[in-house]
Amino acid sequence: MKKIASFQELEAYCQECVAARDPQRTVITICAGTGCQAHGCTNVVAAAQQELEKQGLVDVELKATGCHGFCEQGPLMVIHPQGVLYHKVKVDDVPEVIAKTVKGGEVIDALLYALPSTKEKIALEQDVPFYKLQKRIIFGSNGLIDPTSIDDYLAIGGYRALAKALADMTPGGVVEEVKKAGLRGRGGGGFPTGRKWESTLNVAGETKYVICNADEGDPGAYMDRSLLEGNPHSVIEGMLLGAYAVGATEGYVYVRHEYPLAVANLTIAIDVARQAGLLGERILGSNFSFDIKISRGGGAFVCGESSALIASIEGQVGEPRAKHIHMAESGLWGKPTVLNNVETWANVPVIIAKGADWFRSIGTEGSPGTKIFSLVGKVNNTGLVEVPMGISLRKIIFDIGGGIPGGRAFKAVQTGGPSGGCIPEEHLDLPVDFDELSKVGSMMGSGGMIVMDDRTCMVDVAKYFVNFLKGESCGKCTTCREGIARMYEILDKITRGEGELTDLELLEELAPVIQEGSMCGLGKTAPNPVLSTLRYFRAEYLAHINDKKCPAGVCKELIRFEIDPEACTGCHKCARVCPVEAAHGKKKEAHEIDQEKCIKCGMCYEACKFDAVKII
Amino acid sequence: METTVQSLIAKYGADPAQIIAMLQDLQSAKRYLPVEDLRALAESLAIPLARIYRIATFFKAFSLEPKGEHIINVCMGTACHVRGAGRILDELKRQLGVEQGCTTDDQHFSLETVNCLGACALGPVVVVDQEYHGDMQAGQVKKLVEQYR
Amino acid sequence: MMMIEITINGKKVQVEKGTTILEAATANRVRIPTLCHHELLEPYGACRLCLVEVVKNGWRSLATSCNYPITGPIEVETDTEKVRSARRMVLELLLSRCDTSPRLNQLAAEYGLTESRFSLNYDDCILCGQCERVCREVVGANAITFANRGVERVVVPPFGEEAEFCIGCGACVYVCPTNAIRIQEDGDEKIIDRWSRVLKLRACSECGVEFAPDFQLRYLQQKYDLAADFFDLCRDCRAMQK
Repeated sequence: MKKIASFQELEAYCQECVAARDPQRTVITICAGTGCQAHGCTNVVAAAQQELEKQGLVDVELKATGCHGFCEQGPLMVIHPQGVLYHKVKVDDVPEVIAKTVKGGEVIDALLYALPSTKEKIALEQDVPFYKLQKRIIFGSNGLIDPTSIDDYLAIGGYRALAKALADMTPGGVVEEVKKAGLRGRGGGGFPTGRKWESTLNVAGETKYVICNADEGDPGAYMDRSLLEGNPHSVIEGMLLGAYAVGATEGYVYVRHEYPLAVANLTIAIDVARQAGLLGERILGSNFSFDIKISRGGGAFVCGESSALIASIEGQVGEPRAKHIHMAESGLWGKPTVLNNVETWANVPVIIAKGADWFRSIGTEGSPGTKIFSLVGKVNNTGLVEVPMGISLRKIIFDIGGGIPGGRAFKAVQTGGPSGGCIPEEHLDLPVDFDELSKVGSMMGSGGMIVMDDRTCMVDVAKYFVNFLKGESCGKCTTCREGIARMYEILDKITRGEGELTDLELLEELAPVIQEGSMCGLGKTAPNPVLSTLRYFRAEYLAHINDKKCPAGVCKELIRFEIDPEACTGCHKCARVCPVEAAHGKKKEAHEIDQEKCIKCGMCYEACKFDAVKII
Repeated sequence: METTVQSLIAKYGADPAQIIAMLQDLQSAKRYLPVEDLRALAESLAIPLARIYRIATFFKAFSLEPKGEHIINVCMGTACHVRGAGRILDELKRQLGVEQGCTTDDQHFSLETVNCLGACALGPVVVVDQEYHGDMQAGQVKKLVEQYR
Repeated sequence: MMMIEITINGKKVQVEKGTTILEAATANRVRIPTLCHHELLEPYGACRLCLVEVVKNGWRSLATSCNYPITGPIEVETDTEKVRSARRMVLELLLSRCDTSPRLNQLAAEYGLTESRFSLNYDDCILCGQCERVCREVVGANAITFANRGVERVVVPPFGEEAEFCIGCGACVYVCPTNAIRIQEDGDEKIIDRWSRVLKLRACSECGVEFAPDFQLRYLQQKYDLAADFFDLCRDCRAMQK
């Protein structure tokens, strides 16, 4: 990569990049995000490469891109310019795809996505409801570009916002634009980004820092990883703009160590941007200098908390500190610092390029723009979805997500990760934005959205989150360390059928002290999953306590497996899979489960093809 | 190149702020943090051994005990949890005869859990070494373990 | 020096900017209970017992007074029902960890608490961290540290072995609010069980009395660059010489 020394050179180079991409040329994109890699896409890419050579299609471009979001259906392949989408593509399918679709323009029916409801096949990516109902202003580029190619990013307009800011805008002007856009932090709290920047801009100081929080720790949320993996330059450009706006010369990206691909792609992107003169001294010939370092997290959820994250970058344990002095004044190494998460940074270039008014035209008054959610759990179309703020939960879960698998009933959706809450059916028409979610006792958080059906036990879910936090609390505050451990103890007691009504009182007495008495966000929000499930699903707690029953059939101590003799065909499958010889019976006769021996592993239940094994 | 305290100092400089990065390199090269190396690092960086020990026991990425040849990582993310990751973990514990976070006596397997791998669409997910096994069922655990024996 | 007027329990007081609420309260004879605070140490905010209610810009919230620097006009209330019930819960949580400490029991009694509703999970260390901080910040020995996190958190010497850098000064023993650390002399040895530390005492070259850990004397001699024979005499013999 040659150094780009001025705005004119950048413009000329971008034109070159655009010109090199004939819109009529056939391009095969294969999703190579972590999800699709787990589905085996790497072999599909290799097979496609081989097959293209074999069939002499030298003109066809093959691109391994970042995550497209439709993770449930991976590996995903899209053939441009038509936009034909093939899902669950296997290595064996590749020769046919190349021969028929790429060469002959013929669509292969068997590889098309079919609507779960009507089984209707859909040929084009843009027509699939999962994509059609989204508004992908941040995440959409993922499917178009090779994350390791800066040319791809430049071809779709990348780094133009930076050039615009450096050439035509003052730092204060950039801050003003972000303020006007009403961008709020996508990492959790929803604090207005522009106001944060303004405070840092107004603090005098030679050395200032910007930090990108990529320590995405909420279980069930992975949009930040997919952005970093799939479009790292958009995050770099966002940080450049932020740095210019507040007067920072150095930046850090703090990435979870569980995200090796994100680190790899970001490292490449930073190196290339540096070679291109988009990072380093006197960027694009201006007076602005800025560079970025990567700091890898060591596996601690609490490091998503700003003061703990900073401690970790400084080479200390990730223990939060009291935040009576704002980071805008004293952050990393005591210097003025701006910290935003990945998705927030990725929004910045879009805002500067298209303007605050355009941005405000999307979303709600209080929460402009879009939000990426990871729609996971008991939902048909698991994946990442980007939607305008204000869309209803129902639309996300049922129209985009395709509803609940197996025709089961929806029970709750958990948003906001361990700091959030469970929202029941009655609030499904809630327009999703920062403020509305808080009103019903949950929160936006980083955008995890875990769908639960009637086979999900809400006491168990609360226990799950509390257990998670018990292991992630740094242990400094008494209220957080001891309080969370005691909440877990009580919830565990209830799920074992040993709970008493006074336990609920104790939980409700303990919760506000943990919330108000703890130092950092982890403790302050830790009781939320318990409080929200108590609020909406108290009856389920009472069933565990009073009737010693788990209505969802989850809590091991309160259920037993039995075989319905009517439904049992005596196929013997349960007996074969049972690891403790509890399921038994003569072939072709109804089987039984020896309750004494049964360890409730559920293997017979999974194995039975006739639904004869029942959870009682 | 072999990862030694000398090579780490050469790569990162004698900068205590880089200690976590150094420990990460050491952990991935040796699969644990040997005591001798931590002592040598404390000396080279002129920082208390106590500070290094604190970091080494705080972050989940680090281990002071050698890990097994194969690391079985069960994703316990929320999506995996509601899809039954707990039962997969129980079965792995039973099959391997160890608790989570422990290594089998023959040093062949370490059983770990991770809070979310971000592969939620594949849940429940088990990762052995770097290989993903999605849509796991408790009944498949035995076969999975045998693959790596 | 910039002075700020705040109110504590309705009474107006002038404080220097940057003073903590705890310092301001103490100076004005308002008692706030603490377990992890010590004036020689950096404020830490771990025990959460010193919670008070702070009203700032119309917002009322609970805050730990030990690490809250006063930078503007605020109202502080140290004994509201909310404060008392939060402190009571903090003490209940700590009692369920350590029910043998006289100081904890006395504080609990002050808040009307006789026993904890949580099951006892005994550990006489309440993780206030005073020992770790005094060893690091004041003594500079760095002999002990926090390890692990969450409920697994403990204060130990590195690797849980003998605290090889411990000089046996006893500062940790002195600051511990629950008497969880004990130091004893046995023959020519000084022993701190909790840190598995056994230190040989040095005998006075004059009278032969074993008077201080040899390791400690060598540490001090090095740290302050003293003559090799600086600590050869015990205190009494040194006084005689003068």
